[in-house]
Amino acid sequence: MEFQPTIISFLCNWCSYTGADLAGTSRMKYAPNIRIIRIMCSGRVDPTFVLKSFREGADGVLICGCHPGDCHYHEGNYKCLRRFKLLHKYIQQMGIHKDRLRLEWISASEGRQFADLVDNMTERLMELGPSPIKEIMEIA
Amino acid sequence: MENSEKKKPKLKMAVYWGAACGGCCVSVLDVHEKLFDITELADLVFWPIALDVKYDDVRAMPNGYIDVTLFNGAIRNSENQYMAMLLREKSKILVAYGSCAHLGGIPGLANFTNRDGIFERVYDTSESTVNPEKTRPQLKTQVPEGELHLPYFFDDVLALDQVVCVDYYVPGCPPQTERLVEVFMAIATGATLPSKKTVLGAWDKTQCDECIRTKTDKKTIKEFRRPYEIEDDGETCFLEQGVICMGPATRGGCGYRCIKGNAPCKGCYGPSPDISDPGAKMISSIGTMIDSNDPVEISEIVDQVADPAGTFYRFSLPGSIIRRKIL
Ligand code: FES
Repeated sequence: MEFQPTIISFLCNWCSYTGADLAGTSRMKYAPNIRIIRIMCSGRVDPTFVLKSFREGADGVLICGCHPGDCHYHEGNYKCLRRFKLLHKYIQQMGIHKDRLRLEWISASEGRQFADLVDNMTERLMELGPSPIKEIMEIA
Repeated sequence: MENSEKKKPKLKMAVYWGAACGGCCVSVLDVHEKLFDITELADLVFWPIALDVKYDDVRAMPNGYIDVTLFNGAIRNSENQYMAMLLREKSKILVAYGSCAHLGGIPGLANFTNRDGIFERVYDTSESTVNPEKTRPQLKTQVPEGELHLPYFFDDVLALDQVVCVDYYVPGCPPQTERLVEVFMAIATGATLPSKKTVLGAWDKTQCDECIRTKTDKKTIKEFRRPYEIEDDGETCFLEQGVICMGPATRGGCGYRCIKGNAPCKGCYGPSPDISDPGAKMISSIGTMIDSNDPVEISEIVDQVADPAGTFYRFSLPGSIIRRKIL
């Protein structure tokens, strides 16, 4: 059977989750590989969430927030962006492929973009293959 | 009074080292004249840095014979592992003493590579090595006197509690000696001990919470700098001066030894109880402080953090969420 990646995704309540909802209510088809966790703002994404997702077997992690300037809490998505860049640098040092972690802006009207994003990320993770992290972290 | 003291049996105490530098054992010696108070209350039954006691003597002890073992050092070879298991069996209380036993410590940085990588560096490519035959340590060597054995070297460095059950942790590189005396006295005088698995000899609050340097509420960073690149005024928060300080992610209790020496905190006391991963916490706090909303500029600022993994997990890589590099 073909490898099916699991993507853990953190979507902010105000834009991105609504965008994903729009994709659903508009009956757009997209890859079923995503597991969505709704959070209030992308600024709420503690880097621990991302590291734990990888440790527990996620093949990819996707964070989505409102477009720059649109955050319901003004600055949350900028904070997220800054943390993301540092986190991205760190996971690459640890040998985790950079494409396994993405941050994208999705507005409430961007259902299509969201569906395409999930398809696109799923495809890329299929190329990369299963994440070895969980197995390697186990102590014999 | 004298009689009753005589009747009270002395505690039996052991100190052992795994993958360690020896500094923890020396920190025990640093109790100076307090050592007499300790030996008044306890007999040291095993302590290789100071006493000539052999493996066989430890093996001959009944299970649970030792009251307290301070185990310092990480686990990186079969001897460390064997001794951890043996001492676990022989001790009523096993304490992970120092950063290496607690979270992996400096030897834990070996988790950025593996056994082959380390052997290649040490036995082939290091500048002072000439080894055209590519000689490697052998587990067994025959000499006229008999067969010699070396322990097997692991790919991963592990913290003590990844190998055996640990009762308490005393963090630090090395732990502050005063804290050790407090912990020891508590055990020796039979004071009620905290519940198992707790960290002793350190606070629950972070370094920043009670740091002696002056901080403002508006912490912003435009540029990260190495300590030698700033003219430290000796007073202002290091982070506010753009120097990475592990204070936000590290337990207090060390007595600000580094800060008092005008050096930023390196994180040897490990994360405070509400922090599950020191690097995640640092990324979170530093991310908040970066003073820019422009993606390009943010990238430039982040690039100035030369080695996030090595900086944030200097003492804690094996004990963190991503405990080794994926090779
Ligand atoms: S509310 Fe959407 S990113 Fe802050």
